[in-house]
Amino acid sequence: MKSGTPARVAYRNARLLDPASGLDAPGGLLTEQGHIADLGPELFADGVPDDAEVVDCGGLCLAPGLVDMRAQLGEPGHEHKETISSAGRAAASAGITSIACLPNTDPVIDDVAGLEFVARRAREAKMVKVYAYGALTRSCAGEQMTEIGLLSEAGAVGFTDGDRSVANAQMMRRALSYSSAFDTVLLQHPAEPALSTGVMNGGALATRLGLPGSPAMAELIMVERDLRLVEMTGGRYHVAHVTTRAAIEAIGAAKARGLPVTCDTAPHYFTLDESAVGDYRTFAKVSPPLRGADDRRAVIEGLADGTIDAIASDHDPQDQDSKRLPFAAAADGIAGLETLFALALDLVHDGDLGLLDALSRLTCGPAGILGLDAGRLQRNAPADLILFDPDRRWTIEPDSFLGKCKNSPFDHRPARGRVVRTVVDGRPIYVERAAAAPAA
Amino acid sequence: MSPSARSAAQAAPHPRHLLGIEGMAAAEIVALLDLADGYVKVNQAANKTSNLLAGRTVINLFFETSTRTRTSFELAGKRLGADVINMEVAWSSIKKGETLIDTAMTLNAMHPDVLIVRAPDSGAVKLLSEKVNCSVINAGDGSHEHPTQALLDAVTIRRRRGEIRGLTVAISGDLTHSRVARSNIHLLTTLGAEVRVIAPPTLLPSGIERLGVTAYTDMRAGLAGCDVVMMLRLQTERMQGSYVPSVREYFRFYGLDYDKLAHAKPDALIMHPGPMNRGVEIDSVVADDIDRSAIREQVEMGVAVRMAVLDALTRAEPSAAAPGESAAGSVRA
Repeated sequence: MKSGTPARVAYRNARLLDPASGLDAPGGLLTEQGHIADLGPELFADGVPDDAEVVDCGGLCLAPGLVDMRAQLGEPGHEHKETISSAGRAAASAGITSIACLPNTDPVIDDVAGLEFVARRAREAKMVKVYAYGALTRSCAGEQMTEIGLLSEAGAVGFTDGDRSVANAQMMRRALSYSSAFDTVLLQHPAEPALSTGVMNGGALATRLGLPGSPAMAELIMVERDLRLVEMTGGRYHVAHVTTRAAIEAIGAAKARGLPVTCDTAPHYFTLDESAVGDYRTFAKVSPPLRGADDRRAVIEGLADGTIDAIASDHDPQDQDSKRLPFAAAADGIAGLETLFALALDLVHDGDLGLLDALSRLTCGPAGILGLDAGRLQRNAPADLILFDPDRRWTIEPDSFLGKCKNSPFDHRPARGRVVRTVVDGRPIYVERAAAAPAA
Repeated sequence: MSPSARSAAQAAPHPRHLLGIEGMAAAEIVALLDLADGYVKVNQAANKTSNLLAGRTVINLFFETSTRTRTSFELAGKRLGADVINMEVAWSSIKKGETLIDTAMTLNAMHPDVLIVRAPDSGAVKLLSEKVNCSVINAGDGSHEHPTQALLDAVTIRRRRGEIRGLTVAISGDLTHSRVARSNIHLLTTLGAEVRVIAPPTLLPSGIERLGVTAYTDMRAGLAGCDVVMMLRLQTERMQGSYVPSVREYFRFYGLDYDKLAHAKPDALIMHPGPMNRGVEIDSVVADDIDRSAIREQVEMGVAVRMAVLDALTRAEPSAAAPGESAAGSVRA
């Protein structure tokens, strides 16, 4: 793998996929100085430019790099679980070219220095593009607003208290109101905290296991409250990892009324339901919790009809010490970077979603919410690309993850679809070894 | 006995753990009850000890304080001739320092034959059982299961009523936090009883009907025509926030007194796993009614049941635990 940025690269013989424009056609793409110079079916009809490095795509799919709008990257404070560098390698191998990382780190990213630290670590890692949210309230304590204007200027792509909900309605109202002056977005963890004291989904399974449950209604209650606050203030609002049919319907209705509302989900919420907890399986412990079968179905439907705008990895690396505990004491979280794309492609293979729709939720969808110049195949856009084989079969083995933590409930799961090359600003940051000799 | 052990079908080794009643077949439960009946007779004899478990080491590992269950297991082990060690470990130390698994590994290295474990977290005993080579008996995990309590309740009911099949049993009180209730629901429904649960709505966990029971919030209606009334302790120590407004109000509507008991069958049996909150979930006079209350008998059955469980789990021959050997306990004595 060459580490420098080649001046010009010609991707020949590709299936071009651009969800933003609806393009799905054979063709070629030329990158120049880190940007997309040109693309199209006839691009190399008269031959490839002499000075360009040539990548023969062998008919595989060439698409925008994935934009993961929500992940925990371990820095600062939890470097034993993940670093921006280790997460970058993991992400690159799975086709992610941009990550927005959460601010509920230690210390919390609630000032400009925190944002600059993340930016510097990302520059040093030289892998994927790392963006950061600012905390919505100082120390994510829910009481005092952070410097939303200054943090936005310093590059914060949005504001959130991470895995904590902003419980205080007045606080949320003011934050939505104030932030509207800076055209930024507020992410809410959708759980009414007083109702969400459980450790798994509330219901018959929690009762059988003798575990306290958090009812699905706790999600709806928080979302409905916030939607009313959006109505009052006009602030831009995004529901992180939505998991329930009721909340998805509420968000869909708000969108229909024209409110500035978006939402995302994570692969485990459309791949698994609460039965994955089985006999106290802590690798299936997440927040919000895995829900019932009907809610899982609703998440898939929401993705298909566009109510859900994005799929995020929800990457939350946890080591053995945090997971090999009695269920209630174990940490929440799934290491999601390296399974994001494969699990999303399962929806395509199962016929729930078209390939372009799935890509949209992983590229231009989240990029649009965060205002990133990413997620599109178009002239002058950054050359953040992935080349993937949508049909290649493989098996998810967390032990071979490149990320530091292996906390995935998807061990031994058959997967279909694999990234063979990941490119950031025209520079290949991941090239699968076997892909050096394409089958065609 | 543990669901995982049983699922290995015919080639299954004999059950290694007793982690819960859920998933046990009726025949397995009955075999244990029969075995326990034998030990009841042993315990009523002058010489109560045998050397069945001579040379075996049994560790009582309790992460929650307990007098009755721990003593009952200790006595059961000693009457079978085992070396019994009691360990009480504060759960708080497990949370901050050495993990549960570290503790399990440490004890495992001392080669015990049986670990009897009580822990305040649901699922903790199962987690521990995955890390050790010896047999593990769940002596209560959080709000999940307390299998020996359900077995001893069943032995008690059988002695008083003969068959469990066809009985109507009301389990009344703090269902949300009760492991005793869950184990009893699994056992009684498996053996063919009709099970009702009675509690204020705040102490009825959601979806409890899916365990095969009928839920009542009116105690009198729930008790109507019942053969057995099992009262549960109001577990204030597990409650975060307010579930019931006051003890006085709780007793008024959900405490067992003669007035409410009158709705059950005239000879309905009164049970309580202990320790009782007198005047909270049960009137003192009712609890001490020697004609109706089986509460002290439950304690007596506890030792026999735990002897039976220790016996069954430590048997060498896989076939020995099969039903039909009902007199095994007394024969051995």
